Amino acid sequence: MISFLIYKAILVGVVFGITLFIAAYSTYAERKVAAFLQDRIGPDRAGPFGILQPLADGLKFIMKEEIIPNVSNKILFVLGPSIAMLTALMAGVVIPWGSTLVINGETYSLQIVDLNIGILYVFAVVSIGVYGIMIGGWASNNKFSLLGAIRASAQMISYEIAMGLSIIALIMMTGTLSLREITELQTGAVGSSWNFWNVVYQPVGFLIFLVCAFAECNRTPFDLPECETELVGGYHTEYSSMKLGFYLFAEYINMFISSAVISTLYFGGYNFPFMNDLGMDQNIITIIGTIGLFIKIGFFIFFFMWIRWTIPRFRYDQLMNLGWKILIPLAIINIFITGLFGIL
Amino acid sequence: MEEGSLVQYAPIALMFLVAAGFVGVTMLATHLLGPKRKTNVKLESFECGIEAKGNARIPFNIKYFLVAILFVLFDIEVIFMYPWAVNFKELGTEGFVEMLLFIAALLIGFFYIRKKGALTWED
Repeated sequence: MISFLIYKAILVGVVFGITLFIAAYSTYAERKVAAFLQDRIGPDRAGPFGILQPLADGLKFIMKEEIIPNVSNKILFVLGPSIAMLTALMAGVVIPWGSTLVINGETYSLQIVDLNIGILYVFAVVSIGVYGIMIGGWASNNKFSLLGAIRASAQMISYEIAMGLSIIALIMMTGTLSLREITELQTGAVGSSWNFWNVVYQPVGFLIFLVCAFAECNRTPFDLPECETELVGGYHTEYSSMKLGFYLFAEYINMFISSAVISTLYFGGYNFPFMNDLGMDQNIITIIGTIGLFIKIGFFIFFFMWIRWTIPRFRYDQLMNLGWKILIPLAIINIFITGLFGIL
Repeated sequence: MEEGSLVQYAPIALMFLVAAGFVGVTMLATHLLGPKRKTNVKLESFECGIEAKGNARIPFNIKYFLVAILFVLFDIEVIFMYPWAVNFKELGTEGFVEMLLFIAALLIGFFYIRKKGALTWED
């Protein structure tokens, strides 16, 4: 049992480190992608090609003066970004980052906890994140922050319904809520065992989930909570130093987690084509699979950025109409069709 | 690790401790490391750059509250569907028809709030 806990402690540390690393470098990637799409160079001063930029940014965030406005509610003002960051970090626990490693006859799973309600856990933890934004926006005692926070909460809860419904169609096919079991059902993809990735069976569900993931992360075209043309800076207008950093960082961590969940649910997770046909050792398959998972995640993070610098943001009534009047009925029709195929 | 043992879930608590520790230490570090040259003007709320007028705790559109209430109703109905979805294959045609009745009830409510204009944002 002690060895179990030590191994899990190491894994928790690694996942925590990788999450922060990827979130930090997503900020760099975002600026580079933006620069590329707008025919600019982007950050290039800190280190070769500017790769030390995230470190410089982080250091600057910590060294800045901490300003808590007089009129704000001080405890809640600090609590807001802390909750946002905490909930963002907690979601990575149930995601299967890889298959199992066999070392000296002992098997080690590259997943921190295999909860049998994995998807519900992710939903639960991510939903608490809305409190971070709401508390921060309200505590600022600023009209624009308040508007941004209210918009964020209304948007996130609206899209959560469509997101939950899109997952149901997938659960009907897999019959499990555990992320590892869902991944195992997609083993091989192509090759001796013909288990296609779920996206082949659930294209509509995948699209609904993707749109909702954008809305849940407050990313363009759904970034109305921080819509700078009407709301100054949105819910984090009053924030400075690391508290602002936490809000921005939490957004990138949420993007990373959403990409990981999309890859796991619809794109086979750590599975890759012909994985069982090349006669490779289990450990090598696991390592390639984990690299493959991170390539998929990287693609989706890039996709988030690509959309951000391509599509203008929606109007609020368009956003609500899309969520309630299009995505929810579409998700219910998707459940109905999946059910028909399931019982035939 | 045997199934159902509580130790199995200990890593979640561990992750919480690590994350909470990180957040706490960083908050403390930025509090201690940053310069402290506070003036009254600096500590006023920024709002949009010009002097703030009145309190920010103002009434806002009732539509947002309505959305929150509708979310609670619909999200509970969605959560009801999860156990059925997990057992969909075992329950078969009968379970599917029963769930269709449930979804029909959900849709009646959905069309009602839609006709009532609860989802109409453009005035």
